[in-house]
Amino acid sequence: MALALELGAQALQMLLVLALAPLMLGISRKIKARLLRRMGPPTWQPYLDIWKLLHKEAVLAHNASWLYRTAPYLLFATTWVAAALVPTYAINLTFSWTADLIAIVALLATGRFALALAGMDVGTAFGGIGASREMMIASLAEPAMLLVVFSVALIAGTTQLSAMASLFIHGSVGLRVSLGLAMFAFIFVAIAENARIPVDNPATHLELTMVHEAMVLEYSGRHLAVIEFAAGLKLLLYFSLLACLFVPFGMVTGDKNLDAVLTGLMTYLGKIILLAVLLPIGETCVAKMRVFRYPIFLGSAFAASALAVFLLFVSRSF
Amino acid sequence: MHNIGFDVAHLLAGSMLALSFVLLYQDRITAVLNVFALQAIALSLSVAWQAYIQEAPHLLITAVIALVLKGFVIPTALHRIVRRLGIHRQIDEVIGAGPTMLFGLGLVALSILLVLPVGQNVSLLAREDLAFALAVILLGLLMMITRYNAVTQIIGFMSLENGLVLAATGAKGMPLVVEISVAFSVLIAFIVFGIFVFRIRERFDTVDVGALDQFRGERRDQT
Repeated sequence: MALALELGAQALQMLLVLALAPLMLGISRKIKARLLRRMGPPTWQPYLDIWKLLHKEAVLAHNASWLYRTAPYLLFATTWVAAALVPTYAINLTFSWTADLIAIVALLATGRFALALAGMDVGTAFGGIGASREMMIASLAEPAMLLVVFSVALIAGTTQLSAMASLFIHGSVGLRVSLGLAMFAFIFVAIAENARIPVDNPATHLELTMVHEAMVLEYSGRHLAVIEFAAGLKLLLYFSLLACLFVPFGMVTGDKNLDAVLTGLMTYLGKIILLAVLLPIGETCVAKMRVFRYPIFLGSAFAASALAVFLLFVSRSF
Repeated sequence: MHNIGFDVAHLLAGSMLALSFVLLYQDRITAVLNVFALQAIALSLSVAWQAYIQEAPHLLITAVIALVLKGFVIPTALHRIVRRLGIHRQIDEVIGAGPTMLFGLGLVALSILLVLPVGQNVSLLAREDLAFALAVILLGLLMMITRYNAVTQIIGFMSLENGLVLAATGAKGMPLVVEISVAFSVLIAFIVFGIFVFRIRERFDTVDVGALDQFRGERRDQT
């Protein structure tokens, strides 16, 4: 019985991220539209889009290989697993021992690898340029992300997300400038990885500057639906990671009774909706930067996270 | 180890170091001036906190001097000068922001590696303050050598001086610290007058110090 409850809690988390992912896209698009003084589509529009795309015919290029057809599912699967592993409303779920921060970074990198291959598969110019730019961004963002992981792991003494969150909830780490720097670097990396505005414009089509959209330009039908869903899941994953690492309050730590779970769910929803509102506000305040500025943008994230690691070494007595 | 006194000192000194990196990253003069003012405010908070935990009220004077002079007076004066010189344009740097920051990270690592073995038998707080101060000093030097513009070179010098004050206050029982701080402030006023010298040199139509090299007949490699 206890095992069934534990499995149920884990299954709830897996379905929760699946259900919330399009909502995050919807909220941020709506807020963005309102900030630009447009009405914007309704908040649930991404659900309708995915539903519509799932029922449309998938058009394939003549020279598309099996890689082109399987890549969207691989991307979706890795992103879903990664998103379901990040603690959302509770820690110490059944599979939380697998929720290693480095494993999550690796899962996301696998998905990106598949998508970049698929972008080059058909052999169009846009797909190739998108894939090469995506790889450039990844090669700059991943060192920064790994340094963020190291700095957080040095403070917590573990790379397991559940253990980190429980340590940070109890507030025994004190006041750390390293955590602030790591959060700063993490937000920069998250913006770059999710193709948001200073780096890439998620609402663009047929522009020379697009990155993510250029890779998926050839996709249609159910493949496109799955890719869009994965993009939403990735955004939600970064939101949950931010909430779990830097504001882990309100999560269920001990017994999973109904009250605790409801409180955990409510605080989690509040946190991610707040982030989904803040993201478009930040996006509206800045202009998209040139491709040649990316190394400086992500380099500052790298510098901040490296500084965070260095500061930890100073305050540690050898 | 996790007492609040240490944590707050760590936070303030660490944010000073982070602001040094922001200074290196910025390439607009007005933004550089604003970040410098922020760093001075962080310095004065840090010194005030040292005054509180070391129970040394004379450090408060240093904090007030840092806050008023470097947090408000000098940035405002420099803003006016910049506006009068009409140089709201981009700063040209010797090397780009990316390599500069990598080099700066190397300098931070160097200063930490230097201070950690030296200060084995002093308190953790003093050792850490020394490491941060040395890093801020080195980053200020780096900023001075990577910029062509006279105003940002002065900012680099003053952020270096922020590091010196941080080092002086981090060491316990430094009675002459007020005098040292005042002396450095006078020095800064002197540097500010240096800008007027550059204003006189407006016949070059620039405050790019590269023009001086050309005037003296020294050739600089055109990058």
